[in-house]
Amino acid sequence: MSDITLPARPTHMRMGSSIGQNLTRREGVLKTTGAARFAADNHPAGMVYAAIAGSDVARGRVTSLNVDAARAHPGVIEVMTPANAPPLAMDPDAKLHGFMFRLDLLQNDRVRYHHQPIAVVVAETLEAATEGAALLAPTYEVEPARTDLGADDSFVPAAVGAGHTASESHGDVEGGLDAAVVKMEATYDTPAQYHNAMEPHSIVVEWQGNTLSIDMPTQGFAMTQGRIAGLFGIPAENIAIRSPHLGGGFGSKALGVGPQILGIMAAKLVGRPVKLVLKREQMFGPVGHRAPTRQTLRMGTDGTGHLTALSHHARTATSSFDDFFEPAANSSHSLYASPAIATSHDAVRLDTGTPMFMRAPGEAPGSAALESAIDEMALACGMDPLVFRLANYAEYEPTTGKPFSSKALRECYEQGAARFGWAKRPMEPRQMRDADGMLVGWGMGTAVFPALMFQGQARARLLRDGTGVLEIGAHDMGQGAWTGLAQIAADALGLELDQIEFRSGASHMPDAGIAGGSAHTATAGAAIDGAGADVIGKLADLAMNDARSPLFGAGNAGVIARAGRLYRRDDEARSESYGEILARAGLDDIEGMGTGAGDPVLRSSYAMHAHGAVFAEVKVDPDFGQIRVTRLVGAFAAGTIVNPRMVQSQYYGGMIWGVSFALHEHAVTDKRSGRVMNANFGEYHVSVNADVPSIEAIMVEERDEHVNALGIKGVGEIGITGTVGAIANAVWHATGIRVRSFPITLDRLL
Amino acid sequence: MNRFEYARPATLAEAISAGAAEGSVFLAGGTNLMDLMKGGIARPAHLVDISRLPELDRIEHLDDGAVRIGALVRNADLAYDRDFAKRYPSVAEAILSGASAQLRNAATTAGNLLQRTRCAYFFDTASACNKRAPGTGCDARGGENRLHAVLGWSEHCIATHPSDFCVPLVALDAVVEIDGPAGQREVTLEAFHLLPGSTPERETVLVPGEIITGVRLPADAAGFAGHTRYLKVRERTSYAFAVASAAASLRLEGGVIVEARIALGGVALKPWRARAAEASLVGKPADASYFRAAAALALADATPSGGNAFKIELARRIVTRALGLAAAGTPDRVPALPASPFSGAAAHV
Amino acid sequence: MSLSIQLRINGTQRSIPLDDPRVTLLDLLRERLDLTGAKKGCDRGQCGACTVLVNGRRVNSCLALAVSLDGAEILTIEGVAQGDVLHPVQAAFIAHDGFQCGFCTPGQIMSAIGLIHEGQTDGDPERVREGMSGNLCRCGAYIGITEAVLEAERNMNDASRRDAA
Repeated sequence: MSDITLPARPTHMRMGSSIGQNLTRREGVLKTTGAARFAADNHPAGMVYAAIAGSDVARGRVTSLNVDAARAHPGVIEVMTPANAPPLAMDPDAKLHGFMFRLDLLQNDRVRYHHQPIAVVVAETLEAATEGAALLAPTYEVEPARTDLGADDSFVPAAVGAGHTASESHGDVEGGLDAAVVKMEATYDTPAQYHNAMEPHSIVVEWQGNTLSIDMPTQGFAMTQGRIAGLFGIPAENIAIRSPHLGGGFGSKALGVGPQILGIMAAKLVGRPVKLVLKREQMFGPVGHRAPTRQTLRMGTDGTGHLTALSHHARTATSSFDDFFEPAANSSHSLYASPAIATSHDAVRLDTGTPMFMRAPGEAPGSAALESAIDEMALACGMDPLVFRLANYAEYEPTTGKPFSSKALRECYEQGAARFGWAKRPMEPRQMRDADGMLVGWGMGTAVFPALMFQGQARARLLRDGTGVLEIGAHDMGQGAWTGLAQIAADALGLELDQIEFRSGASHMPDAGIAGGSAHTATAGAAIDGAGADVIGKLADLAMNDARSPLFGAGNAGVIARAGRLYRRDDEARSESYGEILARAGLDDIEGMGTGAGDPVLRSSYAMHAHGAVFAEVKVDPDFGQIRVTRLVGAFAAGTIVNPRMVQSQYYGGMIWGVSFALHEHAVTDKRSGRVMNANFGEYHVSVNADVPSIEAIMVEERDEHVNALGIKGVGEIGITGTVGAIANAVWHATGIRVRSFPITLDRLL
Repeated sequence: MNRFEYARPATLAEAISAGAAEGSVFLAGGTNLMDLMKGGIARPAHLVDISRLPELDRIEHLDDGAVRIGALVRNADLAYDRDFAKRYPSVAEAILSGASAQLRNAATTAGNLLQRTRCAYFFDTASACNKRAPGTGCDARGGENRLHAVLGWSEHCIATHPSDFCVPLVALDAVVEIDGPAGQREVTLEAFHLLPGSTPERETVLVPGEIITGVRLPADAAGFAGHTRYLKVRERTSYAFAVASAAASLRLEGGVIVEARIALGGVALKPWRARAAEASLVGKPADASYFRAAAALALADATPSGGNAFKIELARRIVTRALGLAAAGTPDRVPALPASPFSGAAAHV
Repeated sequence: MSLSIQLRINGTQRSIPLDDPRVTLLDLLRERLDLTGAKKGCDRGQCGACTVLVNGRRVNSCLALAVSLDGAEILTIEGVAQGDVLHPVQAAFIAHDGFQCGFCTPGQIMSAIGLIHEGQTDGDPERVREGMSGNLCRCGAYIGITEAVLEAERNMNDASRRDAA
């Protein structure tokens, strides 16, 4: 195989009708009857419970732990501290590559953030383990916590996000600003946010000699396996991980987090299977978060509302000991046509857990600031926000000059605006009230998210009984992999969905790559498509080279695979079933493999993004400032829609994350201590059902010939982008008050 | 959660006796106590389960026209009791605006009165908190205190009482019925909760072993039924504690206010009765300008305890609006979004 | 301390030995009775993932001590379907995609069943949203959840009218 992997373009066509079907979730019965087993639902024989004791302070050293008190508690088996933690095969602070994050695994007495694990108590019961952890009553030597995003010891990171340069400049930004007729400059703050999947990070783990049997939610089997293998000095193939269902991930379950590794260590220490589940407050520290940002946007326009320059700078924060930099300013790379665009980042180190990818990393806070700023610029130009965006519509990616592989954003604007009724929007703020006297405001934002692909593999088998098996270690964290990927698999094999067995969710299967970056369906889908092409090709070879087959000699004409039969492409009257071909060849089955990855040639030639337009209506109480998002309409174009029901849910979910970002979520850190003071669901608000009375998601038709063979772009994250800005802009339109600090709380509107 | 001795006494007398022991805590609905025990804020040696004590789960209409709400009446049962809700609609509205349906199904009347503050420094056992650990100080002062008290606070404690239910109760002159080692007594709800002063650990007038047996609303409280509302402002549409709230009740004769009741929630360590504001309205027409003046009086003594000055103005506006809503008349049914500005009829003053 | 309790769980009377009064109903179900449908999302009554029906009422099982519930009737998600026939709420959740990851779903469904039994919604979507707001869904499936509850309520009301006729 050459180094360059092109998208599978088989001679042999396969025809199926599963892709595009509006199926319900194939695991729906499991999930609605309680039968779906999440990691913490497992209970191997002899299992004991582990509970983490987390640090009360953000920076310092643990000076004492009352291990005796914990040990004396009935049911407690062992207390794992730096004094007795099983040795690791590598330093968990070693960083061999950018995706290897430093983990706190009881190597010393150092405390680097609030809720850092400082001990693990193992007990016969959950109650005993939990109380044992409380009885440790740690004392500390406390050092002053660094909590100020505005600290003056900032630095420019070597890279932001997943290896992007921290600064880019295209054209003459300062010249563009100098020459501008209208200018704006504003600074926007976004807070630290925590993923808070409903399912806490958990692990049920059993050592069997030198091998590991693990149930844990993961968004990336191979990377998690690799990390565990390195830490424990065992081969990756000795590690079996099952993760059929994730109770949400949002980026925080991608790589295996420290507390899960501690569960493996605890199991080693006590020689029994261990279950370890994080308490909710412990998810505010060792499992990642979205870093806070402070973003400054500067823009200029000529006399006709066209941008002359766009500058986007983002200050962000990482931990004191590791590097992840929220790439917020990069949101300005692809969206608006400007002859000059500069983006840059700097950062400070704070005493927090290390930030991590969180649903739309960079894009979410970056879009919040950019879409607010675009609205401010439109206002300064006296232009309707949609007209202004259309005036600055990018026909080519502005920072690279590349054409878009596809871009139906104009259609998104049109269809979204029509559905929402945008044309009736008055230009001036505070013009609309409802019958109850509430201020009503309308705002919009543009959504964009890159159409990424990682690398994945899949294995396909056709069986003599005419059925097929498709195997891929994919991840369903709610996006619908069990359903959507199975639909792709059915078409890939030229079979009906009920004729195939779709196996997924375990580490011994071909690696599907990480479920993140909205790239999983595209990546895994391409692998599945490739595996289908491979096995159909092999099957066709069997038939075409067999004189007894009606397909004999089809040769260059090729075959069409459809409904479990191969047809001669040039004469569909001649066909044979998969089973007949295998039976004649004396085979029980036949197997093929496929790889899914982006085509490097196409990816360097085209800019690839999903796009959308979000329109928001808010109502604001004129006296109290309490806000409700009463209507959201999003129109998105993301290439091939594998399953409209699941895609709609992804859009809804993303837009609700936008509501939550705009109005609710923020971690409250005590600036004196560095402690997260609202590490619970009572006070760290995420949107509730009553916060989202009306959402619509329009799927705008888009065909993309270049992004991958199936034309799939991602849909998991784009819904947040655009939405946050749309809500902020609607709040301005309702009240005349521009809030540049998120979340928009009622006190800012009084 | 620490290990504790569990007992479920069969009678009130046994419960009082068990509750008087050192380290005893009563368990009823458990919605607050379990939370506190899991957080290590409460570590009782003895848990006295009173959830099934006989006769405390009734709503009784007394001969004098008063109503007695048994201590163990679940919040949801009270709010959905047709007779009760008809006579005291603002109480039902307040209950239904609090917590979630699941919590209201479990939480009891007495438990609501006794719920502890949501102050994050009280909940964070590593923080200094005079309420949780007397004499340690108050880390809320100078800390994250955007939602803390603006009335009745002291340098020792700036927490707030989180109840919605108590706010209309205190406005309607509710009386707390208590039984204990020294016998029965009763105290007005207004006097039941204590302001922090220098002893924020003392939250109510109860002494060890004493148990709330019921809450009584006097007969005249039903006289407000036609003009009584509870209004709550919060930071998401549902399932959130109040930033501030107000209960307002009016008796109107020929468009003139003959009696007014006003109380505020989320502003102090107790449900806050605004008597001067009430008095200012008597004899006045039900008019927004008087409501604004009354609201100003209600908050006249308010001072920020930190970064929360906005709450003073917010509370003024809530009182003003609540009075306007009460004047406009109680709706036939608690709105879909109880006590919310978004409940439909809320925005008219 | 002997703390054995009797519970009727999903229609089956069970005698359950308890060695520890600290065991919550949720942990009893999940860790000791292998009824893992109810989920622990926060363990503090702040998310609703652990919702079950106790004596017909929806409650947060994480905040209920098992020992305190001696004699109670418990309905969990495992006891809702009749064999292979899904409860109308379960069917409606699937049809309206009222879930994504599925972790909060058992709690959502039990809460929805409780809500419908409470009989306070009158088919009003706003009352459904408010009544379901004690169940967080981080995936953001609220639109489907509300649609599912409304449809299930209609179907259940129609069915009970047919039964009455």
